[in-house]
This record gives sequence, structure tokens and C-alpha cells, in this order.
Amino acid sequence: MDKLQNKLHKIWPPLLLMACLVGLWHYAVITTETVIFPTPQQVLDGTMELARDGTLWQHIGASLKRVATGFMLAVLVAVPLGLWMGRVGAVYDTLNPVFQILRPISPIAWIPLAILWFGVGDVSPVFLIFLSAVFPIIVQTAHGVHTIEKRYLDAAVNFGVSRRKMFRQVVVPAVLPDILVGMRISLGVAWLVVVAAEMIVRSSGLGFMIIDARNAGNRYDLVIAAMVIIGIIGLLLDVGMRRLEGLNSVRWRYGR
Amino acid sequence: MDAKIVIDNIGKGFTRNGKTLPVIDNLSLKVKDGEFVAIVGPSGCGKSTLMKMISGFAMPDTGAVRIAGEMVTGPSPKGIVISQHGSVFPWLTVRENLMFGLNRGTLREKTELADHYAEMVGLKGFEHAYPRELSGGMLKRVEIARALVVKPEILYMDEPFSALDALMNLRIRNELLRILQEERHTVILITHDVEEALYLADRIVVLSQRPTTIQRTFQVSQLSQPHPRRLSNPQLQQMKDEILSELGLDLDVSGDVVEQRQA
Repeated sequence: MDKLQNKLHKIWPPLLLMACLVGLWHYAVITTETVIFPTPQQVLDGTMELARDGTLWQHIGASLKRVATGFMLAVLVAVPLGLWMGRVGAVYDTLNPVFQILRPISPIAWIPLAILWFGVGDVSPVFLIFLSAVFPIIVQTAHGVHTIEKRYLDAAVNFGVSRRKMFRQVVVPAVLPDILVGMRISLGVAWLVVVAAEMIVRSSGLGFMIIDARNAGNRYDLVIAAMVIIGIIGLLLDVGMRRLEGLNSVRWRYGR
Repeated sequence: MDAKIVIDNIGKGFTRNGKTLPVIDNLSLKVKDGEFVAIVGPSGCGKSTLMKMISGFAMPDTGAVRIAGEMVTGPSPKGIVISQHGSVFPWLTVRENLMFGLNRGTLREKTELADHYAEMVGLKGFEHAYPRELSGGMLKRVEIARALVVKPEILYMDEPFSALDALMNLRIRNELLRILQEERHTVILITHDVEEALYLADRIVVLSQRPTTIQRTFQVSQLSQPHPRRLSNPQLQQMKDEILSELGLDLDVSGDVVEQRQA
């Protein structure tokens, strides 16, 4: 009961703030008598309209599918690569400088090349998401391997275990919390990028929805609807990733 | 006398800015099979460096360490290190930790062996607990059990109990003695706690300041004090005073030790 009350105490201040912001927005639209900027009610109506005819779900589904594909590919590439870089100094010394140069280039800057190589199909946004998601995971994973406490590695060496066991029962579990951190950062960036990529590249997805709503008769209610939905989905993705940090195999790292 | 561990005239130095700083200088020591030797010495005298060389985690510059006649060239499961901060894997359960060093046998055999040792150190019922759910004393038991389960010939203990609170320290000492009565291991214990050494060891070796050599040896087992020893015993008290004086701590008029505790 106490726990529930605690939760309520935490939840009501942000809810109150959001209600105030929506009220302020409504009031501002009314007083300025703008004809272009929608009221919260109009945004809600617009959203319901799209939800009813199904296009809203198509857009959300398309964006999520692209993020999922690009992100999964990034994990599959980055985790083994990061582990390898972490364990073998020469590999790290060779690859790290290249990655450090590629990493600060915004994935948005790759859009022209993506269109050139992959056209305006589904592959381009996936490629851009892969690019944005792969580096944070590589960097975090390699960093995680480097910061494994020596006493654990020493203990494993002391017991004379095989390389396979060393890897599976010491290195990987020790690095898993760092991999998760990398994945959480990556997923956040990937979600940012998919919307930007869809604005230029594609004919579906939340990014496309924003551009399309503006082009097709200044439907700013739908622009804002898409923005709010993007924010909410981003929040949910982050909450989901944080949930993973509660798993028993990584909880040792995040305190008792 | 068959020596289990022979430390034969080893020396080691650290090189910094082209100059070599000798840490350990011509140190020799023989440890019998089943003997419990405590090594005490002033802080920074290279106790841990010495332990690393005996356990195979570091090589001496000169001389050699031989165990059962074979030269030590690296760490081996024949001698397990238990250190101050512990190395129980926090991502494995108690049982998984105990099974970690077992490289042979079926899963069932490993589990049975692990559970047997968990029970021996008083951790029955905690097999599925994660280390974060255990107290400092229980973690130490896990570490001891994990070492024992691989049936090592030697236990290397580097200030194993110094991170525990005083009461738990005393309790674990007794546990260790009880376990050693069940399974006789050769033990080398490094400690700065003279009472701990007197309570546990057959023989106490006092090291000198750097460059470290053996300054004096005390044969505790000679005093015919059976375990559990009473540290209030006059003979042990006298030996304690002598050891402390070897370490440079002299007695003041009231008979209390003037201690200069170093971190």
C-alpha cells in the first residue's frame, strides 16, 4: 500500500505539469486567434481520425519495423566486434581510430549516400539506423571488456578454466551491463534517426506522416499528433530497455 | 622433511626511470606439506608481491619457486588464491560460483560437490542466492568453499579477512580452522594482524622492511597450544610482544603497545 502511495506521489507532479502545458497551449491558441496552429482538441480529433482509418497504425508499424531491423543488425555486428576489440589490443588499436572518425558523423549526413546506394525503399532508413546504432554499442562493449575487474579474470585464470568457459562465464556476463547501456543509447539514437530518415526517404512511417501532413494542406494537427506519438513511443522504448536492467544476470552491477 | 613449497633465493625489483628498486631480496623459505605458515610484515614490504610469485601470478627476477619439486611458471588450480577484496563472481549464484572451477564430471556430480561444500561452510539453503544478497562474511565463505571444491593442495590467503568487521573476522577464523581439520591443506596466509597469525598458524614468518628478506621465524606449534588457542595465554602473549617488537612496535611503561597503525 505504501509503495503504491509512493508511486502516486511521484506520478502526479509531472502529470500536473503536462496538464498545465496543454492548458497553456489551448489558451494561447484561443487568445492569438491563429488559424494555422491547432488546439489540443483538434490534435486529438486528427489523431482519432487517422487511428480509425488505420493509417496511424501503418505509420507507427513501419517506423518500428525499420528501427527493429536496423537495431538488431547493429547489435549482431557490434557486440561480437566490441568483445573482440576489448579482448585483443591490436584489433582495438586498428579499428578504434576509424570508428572514432565515423562516429561523430550524423547519420543524417549519410542520407544522400543512402539514397544513392539503396534508393528510396525500405533499405535506406534501415541502413541509417544501423549506422546510428552500431557505434555506441561497439564503444560501450569494448569499454566494458576493458573495465572488467582484474580480480575476476585472475580468479578464472587461477582455476585453469578453458577459454570457452572464461568467455561465457566471466567475460560476457561481466560486460553484459555495459552492452545493455550501449543498446539503450543506441535505441534512443535510432528512434531519432528513423523519423529524420523517413522525412526524406519514404512513403510511410511517422517521419513521412509529418512531412505528408504539412504538404497535403497544412494539416498541423497531424504534424503535432505525430510529434507527440514519436515522443511517447521513444519513452516506451527507453522504459523497456530499463526493464532489462532489472534482469538477474545484470542486476549485480546496478546496486543491491 | 618433505617440503611442499620451496622458495629458493628469490629476488624481485621494480624498474622506474631506469633505476631498479629492489623489493624482495634473496628470500628463501620452505613450507611443509599440510603446514600453515603466516607471513607478517610492515606495510609496503612486498608481502603481496611475494604472494604473487608463490602463486604464479608474477615471476621472480632471480631464484625460483618450486611446488612439489616442480618450478612454478604460472597460476594453477593446485594452489588457489583468496584475496582481501574477494573474487566471487557477482553474476553467478552461490552454486554456480562453487561449480565454476570444476572442469570435469557430469553436471550432477558437479552440483553435488558444490552443494557439499556449501553445506560445509554453512551456506546450505543459499545455493541459489546471488552474491549481492549475501553479507560480507557469507561472501568470504563462498570464496573459501569455491577454493576448497577444486581440492587444491595449497591455499594462498592474502589478507583474506581484513575487509570483514572484527566479530566476523573472529568467527571466520574458527570456521577456517574447523575446515582445515576436516581437510588438511597447506596454507600460506599473509596478514598484518599478528593475533590472527598467532591464532591460526603453525609458524609465523616476519618480513623485514624493503628490500624484503625474512627477519625472524616463530614456531607457534612448538608452544603446544591446541586449537582453538587462547590468545590470553602467557606464552602466546609473549610471542606476540616479540613479533610486534620485530615489526618495530615497542612497549611503553604500562605494557600497552604503542601502535602506529598504517592504512
